[in-house]
Amino acid sequence: MIYQGKQKIWADYQKEIPDNHWFYVRSCIRQNFFPGAEKMFMEICRDLLKKDIFETENHTTCGGIAYHCDTIPQETVMTIVARQFALMTEAGYENYVASCITSFGNYIEILETWKEFPELETRIRELLWKACRREFNKPKYVAHASDLVYKYRNEIAARAKYRLVNRFTGEPLRGVEHIGCHYAKMFPARGIGGAEYPYVLCGMIESWGGNVIDYPERRHCCGYGFRQYHVKANRGYSLSNTHKKFESMEPYHPDFILTNCPGCPYFMDRWQYVIAETEGKTYGENGYGIPVLTYEELASLVLGYNPWDIGLQLHQVAVEPLLDKIGIEYDPAEKYKGLNEKEIMRPELPGVLRCC
Amino acid sequence: MKENIVIVGGGIAGLEAAAQLLDLGFKPIIIEKSDHLGGHVADWNCLFPDMSPAKDIVSSLIARSADANIFLNTEISFVNKLKDSYNIMLSNGISIITRILLMTTGFSLFDAHRKEEYGYGIYDQVMTNKDLEHWFNTGDDKRINNSAMNAVGFVHCVGSRDEKAKNSQCSKVCCITAIKQAIELKQKFPDAMIYCFYMDLRMFGKKYEDFYINAQRDYGIRFIRGRVSEVGENIDGRVIVKAEDTLSGKPVKVTLDLLVLMAGMVCNPDSTKVANMASLPVDSDGFLKSKDNVADIIESPKEGVFYAGACTGPKTVPETLAEARAAALKIYLYIKGLE
Repeated sequence: MIYQGKQKIWADYQKEIPDNHWFYVRSCIRQNFFPGAEKMFMEICRDLLKKDIFETENHTTCGGIAYHCDTIPQETVMTIVARQFALMTEAGYENYVASCITSFGNYIEILETWKEFPELETRIRELLWKACRREFNKPKYVAHASDLVYKYRNEIAARAKYRLVNRFTGEPLRGVEHIGCHYAKMFPARGIGGAEYPYVLCGMIESWGGNVIDYPERRHCCGYGFRQYHVKANRGYSLSNTHKKFESMEPYHPDFILTNCPGCPYFMDRWQYVIAETEGKTYGENGYGIPVLTYEELASLVLGYNPWDIGLQLHQVAVEPLLDKIGIEYDPAEKYKGLNEKEIMRPELPGVLRCC
Repeated sequence: MKENIVIVGGGIAGLEAAAQLLDLGFKPIIIEKSDHLGGHVADWNCLFPDMSPAKDIVSSLIARSADANIFLNTEISFVNKLKDSYNIMLSNGISIITRILLMTTGFSLFDAHRKEEYGYGIYDQVMTNKDLEHWFNTGDDKRINNSAMNAVGFVHCVGSRDEKAKNSQCSKVCCITAIKQAIELKQKFPDAMIYCFYMDLRMFGKKYEDFYINAQRDYGIRFIRGRVSEVGENIDGRVIVKAEDTLSGKPVKVTLDLLVLMAGMVCNPDSTKVANMASLPVDSDGFLKSKDNVADIIESPKEGVFYAGACTGPKTVPETLAEARAAALKIYLYIKGLE
């Protein structure tokens, strides 16, 4: 591996990201999967770094899931997106930041399509007006939320309580980064680092003290892939894709996996349990799995937030081995306590995959 | 004869044209940017289909054109159009007034870094056709381990016929060069499995088809019709190549000790630079635009400006030499017409 070769490509795919004043739209599914992630994005960006990030309860799905499952006409998706842009316009913002990778890809694809086919944009404006009497300006800038955390990565590093360093060995932790397919594969120039060697998550890991591992199936889909999972008959295919990735990364002994997509952390986390049950195989040390984190969760950890306050107890794969390596203090007894010390339900422990 | 004839480029086209013009009684001037003559062919080891040593051809051309005025390490600073001639200022401070300009600026090799998915400059065991020729010439390249060459792949059409790379043209020579290089590697590593990933095999030249059959029948080289989708690196540093075999309709994944990218021909930026100075038109493929692509490929639309070789598009060595001879004759007749 020639690291300087990657650096050259990364230099070619940098993009200007406005520092402040963003209209934020959440994902349809992330709050069900890892509810702490989006909360922590707002907490870090708005409350800690004092950025102006606005969100409204009126926003809806972008239609991306249905679009990629082939169950919705493109004009309908465009009209939904036009309504989102109208909300941004009404709130007085010009920079649009999406929590979801598929939404990000959806927005970029629609804006590019309108650029190529302006008559389609005109029609969508008419449809939006007929549907809900709204008008919109196109955003001046569309970012994915991981772009913003990438931009703020050094500010986060400066405030970090922990580094991604193994406190037992003194060596940088070994991180695998997994980029959502819709981040840059469709429009490489819109992703930090491009499509083949994206830098957006690498930059965070490096800035926070870790090392990034490249492995043969790095580019491969996490296994979610919409129709791979949503069509029930295809779920074995979803699992086999995830299995392929874990088999490929296994020899590198990663300490954690970092993701920037709603589906990827979920499937790479949950399918480890299924692989363990069906194959009897685990990929972490001592029978544990490899912890899979969102970038917001990892940022929160290095900043010193309580792991249970950021929702890490909702991961299938136990995060405790990673917390121990970083040296993060946590109280195992508090893992399943919610607000005001209220006991939340404890999951049944799996038979093969070791959990704490 | 005292007519100044300026030849821009000291590759095989420039040398052959100079040799012919010398035979016709002129003393042409060759302007060459680099420190040596022979262009890309000087970097090559053997030439298809007869495995002729490239250095023999280049040294023969250099010997035949030795009486020309040759400026190495020299660029054209600017070109001024005068009433019926050109004033050409060279980077060494010399100014030449000429009525005849022969462009033999050739091509540039496509920068394989631009096909990021193939990992050139990223993964240790990926090289280009040019790198491999360098190894054939010198035996010096740490990517080739003489004791561990069990599997090698060649990717055809790297940067050619590729809309994404903004090069829609076929580079003509890559198919046959890949076969030549695959055979040469097989001769050096008889036990190695060698794969060629292609989208079309364009075996148009003399003996090319025979060469292709030999590669399959006598050397056991495997041809897989399908473009490589991505390249990765194993933990032991070997490259993993994913492709689709479009004949069997199945995905293919192979682990290789070496991957060779057949980088194609693109227009030479120096050609474009001189073309801009002399107000010469550039075609849609970026190469210099001829007066007519069928009848007058060696003539530019400008009075007194001629072309030979790959400055107008990808060419084989024999085609380049033939064009150089034709251009020399055309220049001779043009000068006769001026008298």
